Amino acid sequence: MRIGVYICHCGGNISEVVDVKQVASFAERQPGVVIARDYEHMCSELGQKLILDDIKKYKLNRVVVSACSPQFHGNTFMSTLENGGLNPYVLEMANIREQCAWPHFDIPLDATEKAKGLTAMSIAKVKLDKPIEKKFLPIGKRVLIIGAGIAGIQAALDLADAGFEVYLVEKAPTIGGKMALLSRTFPTEDCAACILTPKMADVAAHPNIKLFTLSEIEKINGFLGNFKVTLNKKPSYVNEDKCASCGICTEKCPQRVSNEFNEGLNNRKAIYIPSEIAVPYKYLIDEKACLYLTKGRCRVCEKSCPQKAIEFNQKPKKINITVDTIIVTTGYDIFDATQKKEYGYGRYENVITALELERMIVYEASGKPLRKIGNRVAFIQCVGSRDEQIGREYCSRICCMYATKLSQLLKRGDPKRDVYVFYTDLRAYGKGFEEYYKRAQRSGVKFIRGRVAEVVEDFKSKKVTLRVEDTLTRQIIESEFDLVVLSVGLGPNAGTNKIAEILKLAKSPDGFLQEAHPKFKPVDTLIEGVFIAGCVQGPKDIPDTVAQAGAASSRAIRLMNKKKFEMTPIKAFVHEELCDGCRLCEDHCPVNAISVSKTANINEALCKGCGSCIAYCPKDALDLSYYENSQLLAQIKAGLENKKGDEVRVLIFADDTCTYRLADNVGTSKIAYSPIARIIRIPSGSRVTPKLMLNAFKFGADGVFIGECEQKASPYPNSVAEVEKNVEAVRNILEEEEIEPERVRWAAFVTVMLKGFTNNVNTLADFVKKAGLIPNEKRQNLGENISEKLFAKKVSV
Amino acid sequence: MDKLVISNENEKFLKKISELSGQVITSCDQCGVCSGSCPMTLDMDITPSMMMRKVQLGQQEVLENKTPWICASCFTCTVRCPRGLDLSKVAEALRQVKLRESIDRVNINAIPEEELIQLPQIALVGCFRKCTG
Repeated sequence: MRIGVYICHCGGNISEVVDVKQVASFAERQPGVVIARDYEHMCSELGQKLILDDIKKYKLNRVVVSACSPQFHGNTFMSTLENGGLNPYVLEMANIREQCAWPHFDIPLDATEKAKGLTAMSIAKVKLDKPIEKKFLPIGKRVLIIGAGIAGIQAALDLADAGFEVYLVEKAPTIGGKMALLSRTFPTEDCAACILTPKMADVAAHPNIKLFTLSEIEKINGFLGNFKVTLNKKPSYVNEDKCASCGICTEKCPQRVSNEFNEGLNNRKAIYIPSEIAVPYKYLIDEKACLYLTKGRCRVCEKSCPQKAIEFNQKPKKINITVDTIIVTTGYDIFDATQKKEYGYGRYENVITALELERMIVYEASGKPLRKIGNRVAFIQCVGSRDEQIGREYCSRICCMYATKLSQLLKRGDPKRDVYVFYTDLRAYGKGFEEYYKRAQRSGVKFIRGRVAEVVEDFKSKKVTLRVEDTLTRQIIESEFDLVVLSVGLGPNAGTNKIAEILKLAKSPDGFLQEAHPKFKPVDTLIEGVFIAGCVQGPKDIPDTVAQAGAASSRAIRLMNKKKFEMTPIKAFVHEELCDGCRLCEDHCPVNAISVSKTANINEALCKGCGSCIAYCPKDALDLSYYENSQLLAQIKAGLENKKGDEVRVLIFADDTCTYRLADNVGTSKIAYSPIARIIRIPSGSRVTPKLMLNAFKFGADGVFIGECEQKASPYPNSVAEVEKNVEAVRNILEEEEIEPERVRWAAFVTVMLKGFTNNVNTLADFVKKAGLIPNEKRQNLGENISEKLFAKKVSV
Repeated sequence: MDKLVISNENEKFLKKISELSGQVITSCDQCGVCSGSCPMTLDMDITPSMMMRKVQLGQQEVLENKTPWICASCFTCTVRCPRGLDLSKVAEALRQVKLRESIDRVNINAIPEEELIQLPQIALVGCFRKCTG
């Protein structure tokens, strides 16, 4: 073992507090260390050259850099090692800036002692570090897009134009989604169909897009670069190639049913084209309505079709495809307004939803009104939004502006109309929105601030009366209207729920799909290679949806363009000689990466490297590369050495995503916390098994703290629950051994909870100081049969 | 027109009513659905939403308003409030605060004896317990 240790001054940041010479001479005396140096700026080109030269000169095979946080310059020194011909994973960094010099700036002696301790811990671990080879997944150019609304269409076109192979799946007979139903779009008032149809036509004509309408996802297995998808394509009963779209069949068809494309406001035939802008523009038979398919007689269309295109013998087809990435664009459903009973939707004929009004306005503009709109129209805002009574706390974002739009279109259709908008708060946050709202006010639309309490129908005239407080004059308004329009909110739809279940995608509390990070990964999911765009992630308007679709395609291209995907090489692995195939681990992997045949196998493409499986193995057969049991144990032991007299010490296991960075932030802000704490970096709090914690106590720890990411910020599903369970297990054992269970604590953090971190650490340190050392004989008890004890109590399982 | 001064006293009053009612009164967003729903609004001097607003701002004069006394606790506002607030509990808290002032509205010594004989016992008991008057 030939180790080189490098202590950085950080231009005074470290050396003004920590005695770097002392640390260097301490390091030099450690067994295995060949050379220890201190230098002004290790990260500078000269500093890196120092390491490179030493690697050659002293034939170093391990390197420790005691400097800043590995979050800061970890990558720098890893590439230095690579340049020197070493594997980047035989590097350890001791964080003596953020964890010594900065938080303990006022106690330089303690800071220096701690710096020595951290360096010793790194030396102990680096000795056991093993080279880890880079891991690649081959990845092709095939994308599955689920849902062909405007989000799916945009993503499909972006990807297809960039040369990728797109499979666009839509369960309806036509693409276009909800946007195809709209009259105009706010705030520019473009005709929605007119701007959407060219895109729909492009999708149909694009050589790189394979379109599957009437198709639903049945199952998806696999992972990035190798998703195996099974589609279920419903029959249309019309041969697409033969059908000339002449329309004779529809004319002859005797069966009428309600037309879902017009929100049920008129009827269509059982053989039909979904709409005049449908893509593909092909006839199909509604199997739930067709007389022949439901009752076994009729076949009028078959007889009348001059092309002989009707094929009643078509059957559902299963289609298997393999894709590399997936974009979920399954959109939304409008709120079911019948749930708000006080508004009478579904009971009163003159209470309609805004989507119905969209269709009515389209038809009115073309001179063939679907029904009478009337002269006095009222909009009720926030129906199905911002309402705890129906479990929807969120704002649907688009209703204020679509009501502003519809009210103006009504005014324009007939200037004699009186249009009122009853709102709670009017939110005109987007580009051009406020101006558009002002335009509506100028056009004479009356905006009244108050949430409508109830709607009552006059049973003779069918006119409807609203009761509402004008909250600005504090008077109760009771007024009669010809038509009440409910500005219904947006919610996740059944398709989204189904896909979330199939792909195991996380949902936020509102039921929409959860993005991987609310700021920096807005279209990623926690599953590598699966992206989301549009209203599936939360309510949004068309420009935002299109922007997200573009973002999702560019994120997908980012993975696919390199033809191979470099995974983080830190993965769980199995010591096969120890594994007896007991299957205890199998069900506990949060991403289903473990399968057990004779022994356990880890699917490296799926494994995210959290290490939570390790706690479930009674034989110590599971382990995590770079954070192996032996490596962490060596680090723990080194962290507990050189305790003088009744000195107590606390180990903090800090997860890499949140707590470690949080500790860095605390250091950067020069906020002091107890110097008896030593921080050990781990990928996730769930990596710290009960056994590891008990071993820490055995080897001299007086307190143990696990810092884990808050679940919403964590890249590892279910990690917080795992930490809680593990800590609980340890507390039980400690209690049995008559050691205070309060010596183990845990908390979930995000990177900005500076006070939370210092409070937690100090509370534990204070407790430990008061409670004092754990007597040695009690420590020794912890060593005996820990595994058996843990598993006998089944606390781990 | 009076100007509204908001001081520590206002904050204390808000806290008191919040604690007594168990409602997070600050979360009322003044949508007015309570006032529109209330069957008694037209008999009130201020609307229920106005009552909530006054408590939010800690205006103790709300104790002199009729609204908390007219509230019949029918809970229509409660089942419709989009923030899940129970206004009848707020009204109850206001009534409690008023009653705890224990104001003697009737001076027993000032009532002539012949009248005292005619008065029903229960009315007097009510008076002494400061529950009415």
